[in-house]
Amino acid sequence: MSDSSAPKLVSGPGAAAVLAAAIGGFALGVLALAADAISPLARMLNFWNPTGPLSGVTDVAITVWFASWFALSRRWVERNPNLQRVNLAAALLLVGGLLLTFPPFMDLLQGK
Amino acid sequence: MEITFREVMTIVHGMLFGALLLLSFAGAAIGLYAISASTNSWTPSRGQRNFFSVYLAIMALLAWAAVLLGAYAIYPWYRAHPPAGTLDLSGFPQRLLLSKTSTAGWHDIGMEWKEHIAWLAPISLTAVAYMFAHYGTDLRFHKPLRNAVFALLVLGFIAASVAGFFGAMLNKFAPVRGGPNVVIMQETHER
Repeated sequence: MSDSSAPKLVSGPGAAAVLAAAIGGFALGVLALAADAISPLARMLNFWNPTGPLSGVTDVAITVWFASWFALSRRWVERNPNLQRVNLAAALLLVGGLLLTFPPFMDLLQGK
Repeated sequence: MEITFREVMTIVHGMLFGALLLLSFAGAAIGLYAISASTNSWTPSRGQRNFFSVYLAIMALLAWAAVLLGAYAIYPWYRAHPPAGTLDLSGFPQRLLLSKTSTAGWHDIGMEWKEHIAWLAPISLTAVAYMFAHYGTDLRFHKPLRNAVFALLVLGFIAASVAGFFGAMLNKFAPVRGGPNVVIMQETHER
């Protein structure tokens, strides 16, 4: 909406939140696939035995999400990044993350 | 009328946190649309804006509560391995599902997908809550940000719906049961 009364908005903090959520979602998908495909990695991600490798997959994905949010927020705190590109990158990462969590797609990638 | 402790925790996970979260999506979608639609938008009072901001934060908290309780309390009971020679697998839901080809898919696809996709809900809803708290009604002036907020809300809904659907189905085929009995209501039954 182009409105002369519109306040000057700094879009950086919002863009950082969107892109970081997408990075976290993609990291979740990649780690889920990796833990399924590589047994030694699954054992490494077994942070808490009762929950198994899921504990490491989710803990690492959340750490990646927070770290990327922190880094992007600092970088874009007073900037206005190109939101079309940020949204496109976020959409691709989130679709990728969604697909990588879907077991039949995981099996397809592993040739099972 | 009794129920086991593990069933109580499953109810808290799915019917309290999960179902309440799914119900709350309608309010969030309507509220966000009314407040941030670019034309004829509703201008809430400061109190109404704060209320909606808290509403979105509670949605994110519900999503976090559901995944954390699910992953760190219920999932270990679900995936527990029975001692060698156990014939009655009713206390070991994952093994029970995998023991029959007709139910194995509920684990191989249902639980394997649910245990991962569910985490996209708290991640996306935390971002939604943050963005509304940060920008509030100013979102109506910024279409790309507004679109991103709606997309994250839809993603959260998809993730919570998939997790909720498979959670309900898994609980039909292999319920998580066990632990001490909890008496819900004492009744005297006369025959």
